[in-house]
Amino acid sequence: MRKADRWGCIYALTVALVAVLALGGAQQAIAAGKEAKIGLALSMTGGAAAYGATQKNGAQLAIDEINAAAGAEGPKLVALFDDDASTPQQGANVYSKFINADNVSVIIGPTLSNTAQVTNRIAQEAGVPVLGISNTAKGITDIGDFIFRDSLTEFVVIPNTIRIAKEKLGIKKVAVLYGNDDAFTKGGYDAFKKALADAQIEILSEQTFAKGDRDFSPQLTQIKAKNPDAIICSALVEEASGIVSQARQLGIPKSVRIIGGNGFNSPALIKNAGEAAEGVMVGAAWNVTSTSPLNKKFVETYTAKYGNPPDQFATQAYAGVYIIHEAIKKAGSTDRKAIRDALKGIKDLDTVLGKFSFTEGRDADHLPVVQEVKGGKFVVFGE
Amino acid sequence: MELLAQQLINGLFIGSVYGLFAVGYTLVFGVLDILNLAHPAIFTLGGLVALWLVEGAHFSIWAAFPSAVLFAGLLGLILDRIAFFPIRRRADSNFSGLISSIAMAILFESAAFALFGARTVRFPANTVTNRVWQVAGVTITSLQVEIVLTAILFMVGLTQLLKRTRVGKAIRAVAENDRAARLLGIHVDRIIAFTFFLSSAMGGAAGILFGLYFDALSPDMGRSIEIKGLAVIILGGMGSIPGAILGGLAFGLTEVLTVAITGTSNLRDAVAFTMLFAILIFRPSGFLGRRSMREA
Repeated sequence: MRKADRWGCIYALTVALVAVLALGGAQQAIAAGKEAKIGLALSMTGGAAAYGATQKNGAQLAIDEINAAAGAEGPKLVALFDDDASTPQQGANVYSKFINADNVSVIIGPTLSNTAQVTNRIAQEAGVPVLGISNTAKGITDIGDFIFRDSLTEFVVIPNTIRIAKEKLGIKKVAVLYGNDDAFTKGGYDAFKKALADAQIEILSEQTFAKGDRDFSPQLTQIKAKNPDAIICSALVEEASGIVSQARQLGIPKSVRIIGGNGFNSPALIKNAGEAAEGVMVGAAWNVTSTSPLNKKFVETYTAKYGNPPDQFATQAYAGVYIIHEAIKKAGSTDRKAIRDALKGIKDLDTVLGKFSFTEGRDADHLPVVQEVKGGKFVVFGE
Repeated sequence: MELLAQQLINGLFIGSVYGLFAVGYTLVFGVLDILNLAHPAIFTLGGLVALWLVEGAHFSIWAAFPSAVLFAGLLGLILDRIAFFPIRRRADSNFSGLISSIAMAILFESAAFALFGARTVRFPANTVTNRVWQVAGVTITSLQVEIVLTAILFMVGLTQLLKRTRVGKAIRAVAENDRAARLLGIHVDRIIAFTFFLSSAMGGAAGILFGLYFDALSPDMGRSIEIKGLAVIILGGMGSIPGAILGGLAFGLTEVLTVAITGTSNLRDAVAFTMLFAILIFRPSGFLGRRSMREA
């Protein structure tokens, strides 16, 4: 046999084998009732590895709790973890393996929105439900009717922040400062602008800066002269740190709150800006100090198990597993389509994130929190 | 009115940092007719080394500042020895010196990357006690005052050194005509090395002040000021020290006022450089002409 022929043969055999496995798997999925396979594609390596690590912790904790409580009745969860390496290519490989070889009923992940744009199309075509637990970019759930997420987008978080700030601080007129050469900060600005218009808050001045700027004193001086009640700012954390400290240096009083977009949502802001960061407000899906009993218990168990408190990524992963579990219970089967239909019907489910529902567009719907920096920490300002 | 005054202060402040940086640039140019493109890298290393002294070696800023300035000066000596001295006798030494200074800039920048990493680093909180003063509705911080004073001190000191001391006179003699200076018994190579020391020390000082005020240092921060420094010395007049200071202030003010008027920083560089061209149409030699260093 010539070499080329031999390879052709191996190729044909492989294709046949995969086909048999896939068909066999499909029958099994419908038959089983008490055990559901879920695939978790998370970033264990690459740029998002830091997020993936706590996501895995959160998900694992939920799976252990569910399986311990399930008893003989089920349904138990069989979790398959795999690394999407923070890239769409590896993410696609993992999805193909989950869908065709492992024959999972539902997929959780991937860590990055960028990866989700590619992988979720594969799942949509194969008819496998996906629950994103950290994707906040626009358009992820528009990929198809099998794609869900439990991570809140800026368009939910920001209006809530503005509403609470208006209610509790009586803000009537603001100045806006944002980075206009970056999709993320510009997106945050769009969300703020809409929220401010809806809340009928007047914008006195709009100033912009560019990525890499270090000197914000000209813009802040203009803003100071307008005497706003608050400064609305959409910036990544490096620029945000500079803006916050320079605003205070220029003598803009602490009573003029700086309200930030998601870029402010980082401990680095507090580390960089130090004392000046006190009083900065930023919306988030969740805060570790939330006082709901479910959250308190979760934070305790998580801290006991892993030695440090959970972050938002771990929490959304933990909640995600419970949401999937609820859907499987409701569907009463491990059929992919049945689980999809059950997911659609989830309403006011008690989770660590609060009362959780899906919107018409399969996006997360629960009450976000507003945080403020106090004593060098993010604490809940209002829920 | 208060608004305008505050913006002028902002511009004056950033302009004095530009000026201090550009003085180092223009000093070497005035003496050697060479553009030293490793100057921004020394600016960066000056800032980063001061940070390391404060954070790693627990120096107070008052000890770290002179140490880091001295270190930057020593880097200047190394730079002269490696990048300029070996090719000084070549006919094309102006051009080859420019290229070898770029090579040194890359080496210095890589060293900064290796030693400090690619991320942005900061001085620990309370490195300098920063008081805030309100004067007639204008806010000034003690840090700003200290930075402007330091910049003025350095610039006055340098001018006096060139004007009154023996070594200053020797530098001016070399700038005028290095062959004649040599014939007169001046140790030209040593004078050039000293010029590099002074220039780099000023560059390092500018880097520390820049890092202290904006509180964000990164191995590529020299890039943001490199072209501005060149524009400043062209604006002020190549080789002129008072011109570099004046150019720095003019550039800083233009930048700040552009941002203040347009409400965005996108046009900042465009307007500043347009002004540069406009001024060069009317005064091709810049504010203070060329070669005033010899007369200092």
